[in-house]
Amino acid sequence: MGSDILLALAAPGHGGLPEVVSRSNDEIGTKIGINGFGYFDLFGFRFWITSTHIALAVIVLAVTVLAILANRAIRKADPYGKPGIVMTIIETVVEFIDNTTYSNMGEKHGGAFRNYIGTLLLFIFFSNISGVFGLRPPTADYGVTFGLAMITFFLIHINGFKYQKMKHITGLFDPIPLTPINIIGEISTPISMSLRLFGNVLCGTVIMGLLYNLLPKFLLLFWPGAFHVYFDLFSGAIQAYVFTMLTMVFISKNFEE
Amino acid sequence: MDGIFNKEFVQGCSALGAGIAMIAGMGPGIGQGYAAGQGAAAVGRNPGARGTVMGTMILGQAVAETTGLYSLIVAILLIFVNPWA
Repeated sequence: MGSDILLALAAPGHGGLPEVVSRSNDEIGTKIGINGFGYFDLFGFRFWITSTHIALAVIVLAVTVLAILANRAIRKADPYGKPGIVMTIIETVVEFIDNTTYSNMGEKHGGAFRNYIGTLLLFIFFSNISGVFGLRPPTADYGVTFGLAMITFFLIHINGFKYQKMKHITGLFDPIPLTPINIIGEISTPISMSLRLFGNVLCGTVIMGLLYNLLPKFLLLFWPGAFHVYFDLFSGAIQAYVFTMLTMVFISKNFEE
Repeated sequence: MDGIFNKEFVQGCSALGAGIAMIAGMGPGIGQGYAAGQGAAAVGRNPGARGTVMGTMILGQAVAETTGLYSLIVAILLIFVNPWA
């Protein structure tokens, strides 16, 4: 009996519901998914220009312009006067980056990494909050987060060879029976880091897309604002902090004797 | 048995599977709540170390969140990028 009902429900063309569901599914999919805007053929491959590339270009431009403006503000600043609001923001950001880097990587090595850590933090933060400005966040594309995690992976192992020499290899075989688990643990580091960032931002993107597409129009005026604050601003800032913090922790694991 | 593989049936089963996959959200919820409780206890014991406790707590919670995010990714793959539906 139950299978009869299932088969009857599964038979095509039994009512209006599946068509409605699948059509709105497709619509929502094109709104919260990655859209291609054009392509070019090179060396026999087809390269798509997607919403990720456009958002990345916008964010890189925005961060560059902000950096140039900050540089001009620093040059014009009066070291003996009262700092303005722009100088206060710049000093807070730089001080935060310096403090976290030096306290997590040590006084000796922190200075070498604060430029990279600051760049990473600002890039991921602006990528995550770009959903507020109507872009599709580039960190909701697995290619971007996996690339960032691979940079961390290579930094970990290059610094491991630099500071631990051959102990970096022999450490994998430390208790001999646990060798496969050690190797899997090293490989899973970039995968789990990238999936964490990707999953958080994608979750926000999907929920915001569902909200914008499924709510009645009059609710859209004020209701998604609270979700933007949580999913884009709060979650984005937390995830940018977590990604850079994990990068610092994993790299500085290799510094100790 | 031909009719059982049509699009609507697979879509429905994928939606059920996505919902079942999200049961994994319980684990990170319990873990994050435990971490937050311990963090609150630590701040209560030593209010001067609030910043350090907060940073450590958020880092631990974010790492504990990973398993929940795996299930979320599985659910989203089932619904939006399902090759059979």
